[in-house]
Amino acid sequence: MTMPSPTPARPEPHPDFGPDFARRCYLQMLTARRIDEEAIALQRQGVFPAYVSLRGQEAAQVAGAAALDTERDFAFPTYREMGVALAMGVDMVGYMASHRALWHGGLYDPAASRFAALNAVVGGPVPHAVGWAVGERLRGGSGCAVAYFGDGASSEGDVHEAMNFAAVYRAPVVFFCQNNRWALSVPNERQVAGGSVAARGQGYGMPGTAVDGNDAAAVHHAMARALERARAGEGPSLIEALTYRVEPHSTSDDTSRYRDAEEERAWRGRDPLTLLRARMEADGSGDAAFFERAEQEARERAEAVRDGVSTAPEPDGADLFTHVFREPTEELARQQRVWHEEVRP
Amino acid sequence: MTGTITEAAGAADASAPRVREMSMQQAVNAALRTVLREDPRTLVFGEDVGALGGVFRVTDGLQEEFGAERVFDTPLAESAIIGMAVGLAMNGWRPIPELQFDGFAYPAVDQIVNQLARMNYRSRGAVPMPVTLRLPSFGGIQAPEHHGESLEALFAHVPGLKVCAPCDPQDAYRLLLQSVRCDDPVVYMEPKARYWDRRPVELAHDPGDMPVGRSRVLRRGRHATLVAWGAMVHRCLQAAEYAAEDGVELEVVDLRWLKPIDAEGLAASAARTRRAVVVHEAPLTAGLGAEVSALVTERAFGALAAPVERVAGFDVPYPAGPLEPQYLPTIDRILSAVQRTLEYKRP
Repeated sequence: MTMPSPTPARPEPHPDFGPDFARRCYLQMLTARRIDEEAIALQRQGVFPAYVSLRGQEAAQVAGAAALDTERDFAFPTYREMGVALAMGVDMVGYMASHRALWHGGLYDPAASRFAALNAVVGGPVPHAVGWAVGERLRGGSGCAVAYFGDGASSEGDVHEAMNFAAVYRAPVVFFCQNNRWALSVPNERQVAGGSVAARGQGYGMPGTAVDGNDAAAVHHAMARALERARAGEGPSLIEALTYRVEPHSTSDDTSRYRDAEEERAWRGRDPLTLLRARMEADGSGDAAFFERAEQEARERAEAVRDGVSTAPEPDGADLFTHVFREPTEELARQQRVWHEEVRP
Repeated sequence: MTGTITEAAGAADASAPRVREMSMQQAVNAALRTVLREDPRTLVFGEDVGALGGVFRVTDGLQEEFGAERVFDTPLAESAIIGMAVGLAMNGWRPIPELQFDGFAYPAVDQIVNQLARMNYRSRGAVPMPVTLRLPSFGGIQAPEHHGESLEALFAHVPGLKVCAPCDPQDAYRLLLQSVRCDDPVVYMEPKARYWDRRPVELAHDPGDMPVGRSRVLRRGRHATLVAWGAMVHRCLQAAEYAAEDGVELEVVDLRWLKPIDAEGLAASAARTRRAVVVHEAPLTAGLGAEVSALVTERAFGALAAPVERVAGFDVPYPAGPLEPQYLPTIDRILSAVQRTLEYKRP
């Protein structure tokens, strides 16, 4: 079992990471945790066919995404970035609708949210971030693209192609790898040759930084610096947030078949919420009243999301056809008539 | 060469039709100039499309005229080329990526099928993909392995994609304009074997009234219909010439759009002639000829005097140079199929 020994050593928090910021971060991390728990419960109750927990990755997701400017930046998630969605202000009922299997890409507006539609082809969205960033610079914008992927996806060819493209074009992209040590059942040792995703940045001529992904301030610092660099026209960066997937890969998974429960227990002891709370208590940015209020707010928000997604209407069958093309074809219209006459409930 | 195209496509008075004799490769170039000029959101990129002007010189001079920001080389990685097109479209651009050869589209199939084709659907219309993927296609030039393939059935099978293949310079110009102006992703398959075919081309801003999905009859005939696309159209026209010498009048339909397919147009022609032969380069099994055959049969069954015949490549990989002429449908095979439809007797 390997615990992250963050290298470089824990940096001083970024100047933006003041008491207000820490409180906002904590509240959102806690909210993500509570929504996650509600989602697992919904799966147990049969409301969700399956769910993928982000537990343990709240700092990596929320504290990093909190550095994004949601007026101009754009995030490209895979399917486990609920904390990023929350931090970016995505409609969470629309987001969780994907886990209720109401619509594959979720029911939020990806363009307005500046958070792309969920994507289960891990690695697939990474070159999209590069294209978006090249396009952003071409049109004179100052936005940055953030590509999310995991240690598993770091093996995908698309991730390497995208890093090379981004570096060749000096595109404003942050490649943000959440290394949660387990790609479903396969550990880092059998996934990441060389032992470090961050080290690969060097091969593409971009900074690659490994940070303690459970340390909110460290994650935020790395992301904020990478965004500053991208915005200044200095090109892409790679961040590897070292964290741990304490829950199974999905609610259909069985970790007892491939990993040691002791390892999970040890990592639960490095809970990112506990770590941030300790920091805030130590520096005085959060007192007991704050944490009590945060707990209440997080619960209320999670319950509202739970209720919203549980009662959201199922899509109309006509939606099967609506968005296949912008300019409809006669053949699809004919097939829709077949659906209308022979299938429609 | 470049100067001529620039002069033609860049006519100061866009409403004045300008007719120039040009090759298909020059016509595609002229169409790219037209769309780059008319829509500042268009971008042309791919391997070697910049200074070199593309391996077939289709993008010749474009970087010079429109600058290295709108016409640019990419590193050699097809998946990222299409992935980048998806991202550019997400940021409001109308990308026109080129994949250098048909066989090299395979490394990009994930991005084409899983991403490009369904992004509008996945996002419920919030993220449209007005991307035109240019793909030099098909065989007939005795190219190295993977430099001559027919992927139309693969792409036509994918929900969310549109697919077209011109057969002559004028239609190459027209179809490219239509593809780029279309808000859906289009795979635009350029028949390499016809790149150097020279014909008069009218370089109009709006080159005629041919909606997306419409086929056209290139030769009228009353005994049987030949259906083809890309380079096989020319071969069918040649076959029709030979048949005419024997008094057999063949109708030749250029399908143009492989998705959506002009089912009504096909059925109307087959119903008139009562016989149909579909010709394509791709391997027979599960090729697009099966779709054409099914559509004709479903819509014109009562009128047909014979089963629809398919003349296709064999179910083997595109072979090396000397064997390619034996792989591609020959005029003899086309005429034999016609003969079978003419001699068919109902059991």
